[in-house]
Amino acid sequence: MDLIADRGRRVTVEELNTTKLLAHAAKQVKDRKFDDVLIVDTDAHHYENENFAEILPYMENEVLKQLALSSRAKGGRGNVMPSGFGYQDMGGRVTRYPLRASEKTDDKRQRDAQLGDRWMNAMGVDYSCLFPTGMLNVGLHPQKEMEFELCWAYARWVTEKALPDTNGRMYTMLCLPFSDPEGSLRMVETFGDRKGVGGFMITSVREKMSVSDNAYMKVYRAIEERGLAIAFHSGPNWGSNTFQSCNRFLSAHALGFSWFNILHCTNWVVNGMGERFPKLPVLWIEAGLAWIPFLMQRLDHEYMLRPSECPVLKKKPSDYMRDMFYTSQPMEIQDMEALETTFRMINAETQLLYASDYPHWDFDLPSTIWDLPFLTDKARHNILGGTAHKLFKLPPRNEAQKQNLVKYGNYVGG
Amino acid sequence: MAEQFVGKASEFKDGERQIIRIGEDEIGVFRHAGAFYAYSNFCLHQGGPACEGLTIARVIEPLREDKTSMGLHFHESDMNFVCPWHGYEYDMKTGEHVADRRIKLRKYDVVQKGDEVYVLA
Repeated sequence: MDLIADRGRRVTVEELNTTKLLAHAAKQVKDRKFDDVLIVDTDAHHYENENFAEILPYMENEVLKQLALSSRAKGGRGNVMPSGFGYQDMGGRVTRYPLRASEKTDDKRQRDAQLGDRWMNAMGVDYSCLFPTGMLNVGLHPQKEMEFELCWAYARWVTEKALPDTNGRMYTMLCLPFSDPEGSLRMVETFGDRKGVGGFMITSVREKMSVSDNAYMKVYRAIEERGLAIAFHSGPNWGSNTFQSCNRFLSAHALGFSWFNILHCTNWVVNGMGERFPKLPVLWIEAGLAWIPFLMQRLDHEYMLRPSECPVLKKKPSDYMRDMFYTSQPMEIQDMEALETTFRMINAETQLLYASDYPHWDFDLPSTIWDLPFLTDKARHNILGGTAHKLFKLPPRNEAQKQNLVKYGNYVGG
Repeated sequence: MAEQFVGKASEFKDGERQIIRIGEDEIGVFRHAGAFYAYSNFCLHQGGPACEGLTIARVIEPLREDKTSMGLHFHESDMNFVCPWHGYEYDMKTGEHVADRRIKLRKYDVVQKGDEVYVLA
């Protein structure tokens, strides 16, 4: 298959076969004996827009459903989902983007389930938390009614069609229509007890969101009461006023992921959500790790000077941040000492969760954690899957994995 | 150092590449502008198949005397090859990462005997 390179030059590459593309990852699995380690990928993706023909009919409101289906009709007249600017594929340099449609699957199972098997097996991943891609921008939709309908339809499709086809290898944290607190609560009450639902996710890419608004307290309580987790999944928004001065995608991407989590994490911590919902596990997803030491220091500094602005807090902001969980990808492995300091500051041994972000362009393999020179064996096992096993009740897939979970104090059954 | 047969030069078109496997090792051999280049196929980032992705000209941003930018352009002759996993981009002639020349893929010598191309590995 040909890809377009510079000045229209065509370069012949093989059609996409995920197993073959990731053959070197499979070698790492073998070399490091990953089959003996429970590995949970807490942030992986599919392209849900490829399934809109199945998803959109689950919308409840007939008028909004007709609008959405009509916009997808042949000769499409508009986008049902907000979309962002950018060049995730780097002009085709990351070949799985332009070649994606060329990969062959059969009709026996959902295509995403088959592709998931291929990359999970290649990487040595036992379980993945499946998140959408384009839907991470749903918080930019101007209609809260449509935001609800899209989240609702996706939740039904993913729990009724997609996850049941993955042989239990995938779970999810369902995207909440956060512009609609009542709708968010209904989502939790409807889907919270469904198989494969490990919690709920709020898309961080929102230009106006107050996570501490009283309207959301019942939503958080409902999630906490069910023993589920809540996550904030970040992303870029090159089109926002904040980032329109960035003239390269690199800049908007590097800053955007960090910024939106910094913003909402600050509001979460300063408003004492950790005091209000002490049993609610909170995950911060896909912003890397370098922002966390920055924010800990910044908030602690201000808190010591202005504690009267956040009287709900009973300890420093960084202490609340150390109670929360962080997914590892995209891990900034540029200065090993800085990374080691980051791990110390966030209590990585108990609070860090491995994530691949596959198939997105900056995915991380499990070896990015395993090969870190400063980690203890316990930390390696915890981060790659032990902590996630406890959070999401994912059973070990073989006896060796179980023994390792027991050895490092993580085994909670299953 | 043994000679590993790659293929016939007459069948190895300019702009193409071949991957040869020696045990668990893999070497990517490129033919570019008439010359052969061979590198380890294991990316120095996360181990991806460094030689199996796109080849694309180096992107440059010339500056004028007054330091204003002339914008982004493809270089007339400098060619890179790109790891398909994450986009690590290597200089075709040296195997160096274009953003940090200290990061360099293992380079292999290529010899041509008549119409036959060999890598010394």
